[in-house]
Amino acid sequence: MSNTALIKEFEAIVGADNVMTSETDRHTYSYDAAVLDSVMPALVVRPTNSEQLGKAVKLCNDNGLPLTVRGAGTNLSGGTIPHPGGVVVLTNGLNRILELNEEDMYAVVEPGVVTAQFAAEAAKRGLFYPPDPGSQTVSTIGGNVAENAGGLRGLKYGVTKDYVMGVDFWDVNGELIHSGSRTVKCVTGYNLAGLMVASEGTLGVFDKIILKLIPPVKAAKSMMAIFPSMKAASETVAAIIANKIVPATLELMDNFTIRTVENFRKAGLPTEAAALLLIEVDGHPAQVEEDAIKVEDICKQNKASEVKVANDAAERDAVWQARRDALPALAKLKPTCVLEDATVPRSKIPAMIEALEEVSKKYNLTIGTFGHAGDGNLHPTILTDKRDKKEWERVEEAVDMIFERALALGGTLSGEHGIGLAKSKFMINETSAGTLAYARRMKSVLDPKGILNPGKIIG
Amino acid sequence: MADINKLAQMLKELDDQLVNCMRCGMCQAVCPLFARTGKESDVTRGKLALLDGLASEMLKDPEGVNEKLNRCLLCGTCQANCPSGVKVMDIFLKARAIMTGYFGLSPVKKAIFRGMLANPKLFNKLLDFGSKFQGLFTKKVDDMLGSSCARFQAPVIGDRHFKALAGKPLHKTLPELNSSAGKSGIKVAFFVGCVVDKIFPNVGEATLDVLKHHGVGVFMPANQACCGIPAISSGDTKTFDNLVDQNLALFEKGEFDYLITSCASCTSTIKELWPHMYQGDSAKRMKLRELADKTMDISQFLVDVLGVKAGEPGGESVTYHDPCHLKNSLGITSQPRTLIKASSGYDLKEMAEAGTCCGCGGSFNIAHYELSKQIGERKAGNIVDSGAHIVATSCPACMLQITDMLSQKKAGVKVKHVIELYAEGLR
Repeated sequence: MSNTALIKEFEAIVGADNVMTSETDRHTYSYDAAVLDSVMPALVVRPTNSEQLGKAVKLCNDNGLPLTVRGAGTNLSGGTIPHPGGVVVLTNGLNRILELNEEDMYAVVEPGVVTAQFAAEAAKRGLFYPPDPGSQTVSTIGGNVAENAGGLRGLKYGVTKDYVMGVDFWDVNGELIHSGSRTVKCVTGYNLAGLMVASEGTLGVFDKIILKLIPPVKAAKSMMAIFPSMKAASETVAAIIANKIVPATLELMDNFTIRTVENFRKAGLPTEAAALLLIEVDGHPAQVEEDAIKVEDICKQNKASEVKVANDAAERDAVWQARRDALPALAKLKPTCVLEDATVPRSKIPAMIEALEEVSKKYNLTIGTFGHAGDGNLHPTILTDKRDKKEWERVEEAVDMIFERALALGGTLSGEHGIGLAKSKFMINETSAGTLAYARRMKSVLDPKGILNPGKIIG
Repeated sequence: MADINKLAQMLKELDDQLVNCMRCGMCQAVCPLFARTGKESDVTRGKLALLDGLASEMLKDPEGVNEKLNRCLLCGTCQANCPSGVKVMDIFLKARAIMTGYFGLSPVKKAIFRGMLANPKLFNKLLDFGSKFQGLFTKKVDDMLGSSCARFQAPVIGDRHFKALAGKPLHKTLPELNSSAGKSGIKVAFFVGCVVDKIFPNVGEATLDVLKHHGVGVFMPANQACCGIPAISSGDTKTFDNLVDQNLALFEKGEFDYLITSCASCTSTIKELWPHMYQGDSAKRMKLRELADKTMDISQFLVDVLGVKAGEPGGESVTYHDPCHLKNSLGITSQPRTLIKASSGYDLKEMAEAGTCCGCGGSFNIAHYELSKQIGERKAGNIVDSGAHIVATSCPACMLQITDMLSQKKAGVKVKHVIELYAEGLR
């Protein structure tokens, strides 16, 4: 940034140590976890309290500087890639748990609190925060709310939005906006907290988030069911739900992923199996026993060749280790790993799996598929090398086709990764020209200079 | 100094490895430095992005990249936990060598590495001399830990509480040894390592006592050279190759079944870096590969080869700190614990975060003492919270750092090498 006076102003707000201007520092905030080109910001600032954050936002707006808020930068849709010449506002200096209320079961946190650390802190107080995105050991609550992050427990416990009771945020004028409350019920005014969830930093800058907590689970039982076809496995998913059982997790792995994971861990996975379902039921001990037996029966009725029920903690851990290994194992095969999150209604999973096989053949690409079958959220993972230009073109076309098919099946562009830069061009296909115009009108009023994370979601 | 395009060309050699980083950012969860600073340039993903930026000529500031690259403990925790299996240590060491080739080695490092380390006899003499006069400049601060601090303001020492040079280094008490295999029928070569030789000769003596007790023959040639980790960490491949050559020539003269060390850093350097980073001829590289295959940490040797087993627990409580070079580089965590449990009169009590870095990082401690100290203080806190009276580890460099931290804290916890505990029980 050539304007040294402006840098001085930022320094006056957050302190000189918290304003980064060097080429090297700026470069390390030019990307996130999405496979997209990096964009250099002009400046990186790190507020360490609420007041500093509000002033920094106002200063950006006063000077028409594009502003992108960044937590851990684990975003998979480019939502934290800055705008050229813009400012990155880091939230990792805002990482305090302000209140953890055991009596009323809620917490108030700053946006930079790391998800897994927060969940662990809640667990210490005998409470449960269920959302568990794959990046939870580093991702922040602010980012989770901004992207409406999901996770393995989405089927039974819902996703981040189901735990957001309120959000305080700064508007572009530096006014602190309050929304929601510490009460379970609250109908005061517009549901601004709801509006802020999944807004990806385009409507305001989070200052505080009020999160709902629930009592911890008393018992759980895990099992692994082996299937001779993807069709049988995906039909089982539908059958379990149709029998009115909602497992805490219901995960699917295809043969390619099974073989890759087995090659990686040598944990004795059935490499011949066409598909695996990893299932966990939880709740009251008596109910868990009953549900586990029912699920086992349903699996067998739906052609499972074998159902292995974990008898102790070690066996349970082995089941989930296999699932946790899916992405790391796939990621080691090729340099570039495009992890998509096309999502369809549960009943359409067999059709979506077929579509993915078709995409893989048509574009001659290796696709490993695993994911949260229970909530219809699949992770087709394309393995490639982005340096191979010809193959990369095929990857881009394949991604287009995956979204087309997901939408045709009544699905959605993104189950949990967000729209960001990566999928904004597809928005019109899922919504409508009118919807986009409405969203753009709304943003233009709330953010007249267009400084809040420009280019994301609505283009 | 070559031009920046040439530097970019050289860094392009790393492209096939750099591209494996999918920028997921999971290294943020485990990096001890990032845990203190929260800066992306301090975590692996950021450093890899910087090297990539320089290689693709997106960046114009090699000095800046070099500075960030050197802000790393090389603890390898990120590599051990990387979902994509990025070979971070390999990339960083090669990048440091390329950077040092571009910028040249600093005059101070040149004097230390090429003038002193590369000449083991001179190195020994200088430090023997130093050990006699160090009392003039330093004073003792903690008798239990045997730590000292500077008497006067001294730029390198700062406010460190350090272990002084031993009055009699191991090479003075026992310049060399070549004993035949006893009841075990096994003979080992003993690579002593600089820190054991010059600061903790008692660790070396304990190692030799234990080997003798188990009837293991020892080949310990005189004038052993440094393993080379300080030189290669600073990108000085010339000195590294020279040191490896000297050591290879010495150890080639003996016949042995295993090469053992009681220093985690030396073990991982000989096992991983000698065959991999040495640039000499291929015949020598083959020999280094054979040597690496024979190399073992002392606890690993005692437990895996000699079959030493855990005994009855009881006695003074000991907590164990995993050195990065054992845990992350070689995956050795159970054998040192078994050895503590096999030591009579001791009881193992785990601390929180036993496997996180103590913050020493070799020369990182010298260049970035404040950060090193902040990381070390967390370690010291975990040690104290464990309630143990002794902290044992398998790396003399960790012992130095932990001694400094515990001494400054006046924690009243002793610092020992696991082999010392085991040797005591045999005496």
